[in-house]
Formats: sequence, C-alpha cells, structure tokens
Amino acid sequence: MNNSNRHVISILMENESGALSRVANLFSARGYNIESLTVAPTDDPTLSRLTLVTSGNEQVIEQIVKQLNKLIDVVKLIDLSETDSIERELMLIKTKALGEQRAEMMRLSEIFGGHILDVTDSTYTIELTGPGGKLDSFLRAVEKDAILEVVRSGATGIALGQKALHV
Amino acid sequence: MEPITGAEILVRCLKDEGVEYLFGYPGGSVLHIYDELYKQEDVKHILVRHEQGAVHAADGYSRASGKPGVVLVTSGPGVTNAVTGIATAYMDSIPLVVFTGQVPTALIGNDAFQEVDTVGITRPCVKHNFLVKDVRLLAETVKKAFYIAMTGRPGPVLVDLPKDITITKTEYHYPKKVKLRSYNPTVKGHAGQIRKAVDMILSAKRPMLYTGGGVILSDGSAELVELTQLLGYPITQTLMGLGAYPATDKQFIGMLGMHGTYEANMAMHECDTLIAIGARFDDRVTGKIDKFCPTARIVHVDIDPSSISKNVKVDIPIVGSVPNVLRAMINVIRDEKLKPDTEALTQWWRQIDEWRKMESLRYRPSTEVIKPQFVVEKLYQVTEGQAIITSDVGQHQMWAAQYYLFDRPRQWINSGGLGTMGFGLPAAMGAKFAFPDQDVACITGDGSIQMMLQELATMKQYNTPVKIINLNNGYLGMVRQWQEFFYQKRYSMTYFEALPNFVMLAEAYGHVGMKIERPGDVEGALREAFAMKDRTVFLDFVTDPSENVFPMIPAGGGQNEMLLAERDDMVSTHEEGMVLV
Ligand SMILES: Cc1ncc(C[n+]2csc(CCOP(=O)(O)OP(=O)(O)O)c2C)c(N)n1
Repeated sequence: MNNSNRHVISILMENESGALSRVANLFSARGYNIESLTVAPTDDPTLSRLTLVTSGNEQVIEQIVKQLNKLIDVVKLIDLSETDSIERELMLIKTKALGEQRAEMMRLSEIFGGHILDVTDSTYTIELTGPGGKLDSFLRAVEKDAILEVVRSGATGIALGQKALHV
Repeated sequence: MEPITGAEILVRCLKDEGVEYLFGYPGGSVLHIYDELYKQEDVKHILVRHEQGAVHAADGYSRASGKPGVVLVTSGPGVTNAVTGIATAYMDSIPLVVFTGQVPTALIGNDAFQEVDTVGITRPCVKHNFLVKDVRLLAETVKKAFYIAMTGRPGPVLVDLPKDITITKTEYHYPKKVKLRSYNPTVKGHAGQIRKAVDMILSAKRPMLYTGGGVILSDGSAELVELTQLLGYPITQTLMGLGAYPATDKQFIGMLGMHGTYEANMAMHECDTLIAIGARFDDRVTGKIDKFCPTARIVHVDIDPSSISKNVKVDIPIVGSVPNVLRAMINVIRDEKLKPDTEALTQWWRQIDEWRKMESLRYRPSTEVIKPQFVVEKLYQVTEGQAIITSDVGQHQMWAAQYYLFDRPRQWINSGGLGTMGFGLPAAMGAKFAFPDQDVACITGDGSIQMMLQELATMKQYNTPVKIINLNNGYLGMVRQWQEFFYQKRYSMTYFEALPNFVMLAEAYGHVGMKIERPGDVEGALREAFAMKDRTVFLDFVTDPSENVFPMIPAGGGQNEMLLAERDDMVSTHEEGMVLV
C-alpha cells in the first residue's frame, strides 16, 4: 500500500491568469509531491493543457485527482499512468567536447537519437526527446564532468488509441 | 440600453440576486460602490466595526437562513482583516460572496497604496476567487460567484474589483443562469451504489448513523429524520451537525468525538456498519485514525468526492446531495418493504442503554459557585429550547453543544472547522438580522468575547438585540484544561490578570449589563434578560474557574479511550498524541 508510484496527470483547464497558481498552491498546501509541471495553451485558446508528474501511494493519488477536479478552473483530467499512453520530455544539454570527447559525445547522441544543435571548438549542445527514463540514462552515460548545463522541459504525454482529452 | 458604471452594475446585480443585507466597511477603493449604495434602499448595508466582524456576521446570517452571506470591504487592510472570517466560512463550507476593492488595474503589482494580492492571499481559503479586469464581465462574474458559492459543497467566493472597473461604463445585463463547463457538481446519487448501500445498511447487526454539517447545509434534515426513524437505528452527530436530527429524540445518543458522549463514542467503536452522511471524518471526530471504528463497514454519502476516503477508507461511497440520496434510500426501503434485523437491533440498543447509564454528561452541581453547565441547562429551559445559539471557541462552546439540546437545523451556529475565537458575537448579530423575531443568544467566554467586542456598537446602531451569555472563568479555559492535563498544571499565559468590568462595558455601548455570581440567581437573571426583547443584554456569569469539559478523548486516543468526569483524576496522554493538537 505504501509504495509510492510515479503518476503522470494531464489536465485541461481554463486558460485564466490564476489557474496555474491554483494547481501549484494545491500541491504545496496539501503537501503533495510535484516532480515536474508543464503548461501551455492548446489549439483552443481558452484552454491550457497542464501535465504534472507526481508520486504517492494509491490513496494519495486518489486524493490528488479529486482535489484537482475540485478546482473550479479544471475542466477535465486524466491520469495517464492508468491507461496506455506515451510520455515525452525534451532535454537540451550542453557538454564539453574536447579531443576524444568529441567523437564519443557524437556517438552517444546518435545512439539516443539526439540532435546536435550547436557546435563550438570545445562544446556541443544536444537536443534529446523521449520518456524521462531515457533522458536519465543519457545523463548517466555521459561522464559527469563533461556536463556543462542541462535543461529539461518536464514530461508531457498523451493517451494512445482513440481516447482523447478534449471538451 | 444606457451604459452604466461598474459600481451601479454591482448594486443592480445584488438587487437582482435578491440580496437583503450587505455587511461591510468602506475605504478608498470602494468609494464609487458606496456612492451607489447611498442612492438606493433595496440592498441594506450594515456598517460593522471591523471587517472580520462583517464576514462573521454575513456567515451567521447564512448559517441561520440558508441564504448566501454577502460582504463588501476595501482593498489592503480591509481584505487582510476579512481573511480570518473567510477562512472560518471556508472550513465550515458556508456560502459567502465577498466583494473586495482593489487598486486600479493600471497600478496592480506596483505596491500601490493599500494594495495586497487579494486573490493570492485568499486563494487557499476560498472555494473560488475572481479578479475582474473588464467591466463587461462584471455581471456575469457576480452571477458565477453566487452560483459557485451556493451549489455543490458550498463555500466562500471572492470577487476582487479594481477601482477603475467601478467607474467604467457598459450595458447591464444580469444573466438568469450561468453554466460553467468546468464545474458540474453531482447532485443525484448513483442508483447502483444506493442499492448496494441499502443492502449493507439493512444487514447490519450493530448499525450506527453518523451525520455532520452537510445535512444542514443541504437542507436534508427531513430526509434524515425519516430515514433514521424508518430504520430505528442509533444516531450521533458531529459538532457541526447538531440540530439536523432532534436532540430530544430517544434515537439520538449525543454528539461524538473528542468531547462526545460515552455512548456515542462507544457505539462508534463497536458498530459493525457505519452510515456516514454529510460528515468528513475530521480528526476531532475520529480520534486516532487506526483505532477508528475498527469493526465497521462504512457507507459514506457526501456531495464532495474529495471528502470520501480522504481520512478513512470507505466501502460504499455515494457522491450526491444528502436529501437526494436519502430520499432514494427511503424509496428503495419502502418500495421493497425491506426490514432491518430487529432482533440484532434490540440487542444493540440494550448495549447502548448500558453505556448510557454511565451518564457521561453528569457534573457535580454546586450551590456555592456557578457551574457553567448549569448556566447552559438553565438557558435551555428559559428559552424552551427554541433560541438560536451561537458560540465562540473554547470550553463554553463544548458545554453549549453538550447541554443545549438542539431540535432543529440552523439553530446551532459555531466555528467548528477553524475554531475561530471572536466568531460568536458577530455571528449572533447576523442570525438576528435573518430572524429578527427569534431569541438569539451567544454563549461565549471571557477570552473569546474580547476578540470582537467592537461589534456591540454595530448591534446598537441596528438594534439587533442578542443575549450574551459570558461564561466567565477568568481563564482561557480550554487551553488551561490542556495545561492541567498534559503540562502538569503549568498554566502558561492562560490566566487573565485583568478583565474589564463587562457590565460597565455593555452599558458604555448602550446595552444592558448584568453580573451573576450565585447559582441561585442564574435562572432569574436569564428570565429578566430574555424578557427585555428589544435590548442586547450582556450576562456576565462568574463561573467555576476549575471546571473541565468531559468526556474527553486525549489527542492520540481511540474512541473508546475517554476520560470521564470525577472518574479520571489521573490523566495521561499517548506520547504520539502530544504532537497532535
Ligand atoms: C483566534 C484564536 N486564537 C487562539 C485560539 C486557541 N484557543 C482555543 S480555545 C482558547 C481559550 C478560549 O477561552 P475563552 O474564550 O475564555 O473560553 P473558555 O475556554 O474559557 O470557555 C484558545 C486561546 C483560538 N481558537 N482562536
């Protein structure tokens, strides 16, 4: 019961100025974990899509979902972890690229399906997308002191098949 | 249609919404609104003496009448003063609509004079809030605010109004209805769940009904009484639920929880089927959660899905409004001529009657010193159980709940969730506005009453005669009780070395003051006070300073681990209980 599972919750909410802070406030006020949070408008400009990654046991997740639904600005939500879904995250990483490192880094980027966006005589800037776990593995594969900067977007996701979150 | 200003629109909205009273306090950012209020007579503005008092008064008005309470305050300090009131209403799910002035849109974020981030400050203690940035959205926003406050699980909604919005003009149209795609509270319970619940309820050997404030808020009292009497089951109510089922009926076995009766808490602990209705398994009710109702299967009816299985996992959840769900249950039982297990029930009642013999509310009477419980009992007699009673927070609140037998909903008004000292007096005033012909009494303590005393002036101005029953023990009694039990009688900062002369104080505000020091004078004083129909009377009862509230479940204890009066001189608490409040 107490094992804490990672959940990706995707929310459609009114694109109002205070909406994001209501969600953030809920998590801090009730002491829930928030691992990442992304938000952007959708094709319908009155709606935003917000994806958050959280963790907790079954009971905590149930409460999180209920509390989110209770927010007046939340139109609909889906716990992507409960259905077949894919999850994607974008990572931009700047690495050292000196001497032997240059070939090694390029090879790693290729293996992980990354793109090198910018090259200088001593650095690479690489773009990588994938599930969070894949980005983690890439970071583990790169030697620690070669990393100069990492930017991650936080996870977003979508259900597979015909299931769609819309109003 | 002629365009009119935002201020005019707001006042028109209030009229169209049928608002009778607006509790408020003026200031720079709301001057245009006050100017419009001046020009009309439909919406009566009540000028309080402190914004917290305005919100509590609107709250008391709402709790007594079932209508939304409406408030208007200025920006900055007006808002921050109102926050305690808003949080109080939020914790008890009271529908309020609070209008707040704000600095002009162009100055927002500039640290302008009397600017606070009202929407930010209040966000955690409102059901929803709005900042109106366009006068064309004003009327619709007001409609939404009332709609959200009053439907689903009710609660306070705040509308922040920048000053420029109140002078900008547009055409007025008040929508009859609003629809929000993101907000559709479930009213009707799920038929399949109701059916399953009925089966579980009727198969019970040791059933127990446990009901809360939700029954009152949803006006579900009639259905609750009908269902309870149809079943013949014992019923207990939370502090917030008192009055929904008549306390004088034999099936009512008293309030439950930290200061509940022995029989109610024991029955909770021993029951095999718990039927929770409009209650939220608050920690003051459950005691230590893993010792709560250890043998019970649980049915839970509530309008708020997030209240279900929040603290205690339940077996059959039913989301819906109380009267709706109970009506459906009654129909199933009647249509199918279902019957409870009468044999088991007889045995169960026999057990409960055994517990009742403990007489857990017995106290040692005195002819020398006034016992606070005695005052409440006399108040009950003198008012023939009919008065609307408000209370503050402390021992007196518990004695009011224990010794005044509430027979109808909305008769008992107190701050249960937030436990706000200072609530009682302005709430009594609000209740009196709602029911000018009924007796209203505020049971308070010498600590609490001093937190909102200034409202005595408002009560004079509008002639809202209330009887103030001050159970004056010279102490912050409830805190002193905890210090006596759990801190080896180290009475840290709970004794008032200086108290005002309450009689003179009442007189200074233009009211009647009475000081009562002997048990023999209690009844006479009460009769005299209630005979003065059109006067506010401050009755200062000098009560036994050492009296404690019993029964008591110490923090961290299970429901069956109660301390009883006279029987538990040695009080100890669980180590883990000491971290709880
Ligand atoms: C605003 C506020 N501050 C502090 C408390 C903590 N508190 C709870 S009960 C109590 C004592 C109340 O004393 P009094 O009003 O004299 O009532 P009594 O317990 O003596 O009946 C205090 C300080 C509170 N509930 N509310």
